Amino acid sequence: MTDTAWIDAALTSARPQAVGALLRYFRNLDTAEEAFQNACLRALKTWPQNGPPRDPAAWLIMVGRNVAIDDIRRGKKQTPLPEDEAISDLDDAEEQLAERLDGSHYRDDILRLLFICCHPDLPATQQIALALRIVSGLTVKQIARAFLVSEAAMEQRITRAKARVADANVPFEAPGAAERSERLASVAAMIYLIFNEGYSASGDTAEIRAPLCEEAIRLARLLLRLFQSEPEIMGLTALLLLQHARAAARFDADGAVILLDDQDRSLWNKSLIAEGLALIDKAMRHRRSGPYQVQAAVAALHARAEKPEDTDWAQIDLLYGALEIMQPSPVVTLNRAVAVSKVKGPQAALDMIEPLAQRLSNYFHYFGVRGAFLMQLGRNDEARIAFDRAIALANTSAEAAHIRMHLDRLQRDSQPRGKKAGK
Amino acid sequence: MLYAILCYHDEDTVGSWTKEQDAAVMKKLTVVQDKLTKQGRLGPVARLLPTTAATTLRKDDPPLVLDGPYAETKEQLLGFYLVDCKDLDEALGVARDLGAANPGGAYEIRPVGHFTAGSVQP
Repeated sequence: MTDTAWIDAALTSARPQAVGALLRYFRNLDTAEEAFQNACLRALKTWPQNGPPRDPAAWLIMVGRNVAIDDIRRGKKQTPLPEDEAISDLDDAEEQLAERLDGSHYRDDILRLLFICCHPDLPATQQIALALRIVSGLTVKQIARAFLVSEAAMEQRITRAKARVADANVPFEAPGAAERSERLASVAAMIYLIFNEGYSASGDTAEIRAPLCEEAIRLARLLLRLFQSEPEIMGLTALLLLQHARAAARFDADGAVILLDDQDRSLWNKSLIAEGLALIDKAMRHRRSGPYQVQAAVAALHARAEKPEDTDWAQIDLLYGALEIMQPSPVVTLNRAVAVSKVKGPQAALDMIEPLAQRLSNYFHYFGVRGAFLMQLGRNDEARIAFDRAIALANTSAEAAHIRMHLDRLQRDSQPRGKKAGK
Repeated sequence: MLYAILCYHDEDTVGSWTKEQDAAVMKKLTVVQDKLTKQGRLGPVARLLPTTAATTLRKDDPPLVLDGPYAETKEQLLGFYLVDCKDLDEALGVARDLGAANPGGAYEIRPVGHFTAGSVQP
């Protein structure tokens, strides 16, 4: 790896701490962000020569603060900036600052940064955009690309979010225990949404959006280091790792979806799976279950099965049952029905999703799943109607293509299946 | 004399490497390891999962289980075990037994992500 690659990684990882601390000094997102950018430029100039500092985040905070203060002064009076050597020769001061910035300081700064992005006044799309810009440091262009909107539209979304945060007059004290745990849930949800933006990509956008999944995992790990004993944060991180482990197997060369059962399991990322399993294992010991843990436990059962037929569907059925109680939703029931179809057969599963018809009347997956159950029962004409409806509701061309494959199979099998159904 | 070489690095930075960067580092390390293996000088090599996967057992009476990595500068790393366990509970059980035999200090339980057995015997 080249020197610059190391520096890039160090700057990325120091970003939440450094921007968080700079925000505490300047109480303004734009100033903090610009100060960090300037500090990064200095780092790119001086680190290759002087080697990396002992604590990159402390170095960036101090240099960023100095440069920003200089800029503010320069706005009043044209004074030249100090020489680079003078700014980078900060060993003593850096050490002092690093000592003072102990773990709890960093923790509060990063939390404040995450909490600001999850400000309750902001709609979810703005929360995500702001977090990706401020906490992750993605460029507006990158974010716009990932969300498939124009750069101008994304710029506007972020500017609006910043203005809203500034107007809201966010308090800079670390939030109290109750508020902290409340906001922790929204920070976790935001990370989950970022991941889903990346995960729900179709074949043709998978490459553009995969970095969102990686960024969400990085943020989840960061959050977990701040809250080491929160089983739900362990569960969230495990869930993201276990889902992302399958990334290389989810689409074929043409970008078409490959279902779990048909995926080449040798393409699954074993080290992400190992980490995800270790985290869910750790979370379970707390005996404080929550939706992320349950979903991670389902993902873990899939990850543990070497072949599709090894999958413990009975256990997955139980887990979805638990999730239905924690977070009742027709989509959860639909997922549970898939497990039920494996354990008790398609008729039981079909009976289970019948009552959802009205609430999921515009949901692509409902008709895809229903069609599959009907097909298994040999009720091909009804299956065809469900699949047609699914294609009409498909969100991506890959989804539509996948259903079309089922229809083709129906066409091919209609003769023998028809006979079976008749007896 | 066998020497243990313990790997330290900034976890945040390593965690920020792209898949390609990580693979490039691992490839370069393998070159060094292969040379030592051919010479019959390499013992076990392990890459641990991130500290977020760590659990610490403080060897108090009764032992105290904490989430997260071991962080106590007053104590030093004096050795390590590699044990095959089916889950964290079993690993903690082993650590408890060891702790009862040798109280004081702590054990950090870190799942292993990558392992090469090696062939050297002391």
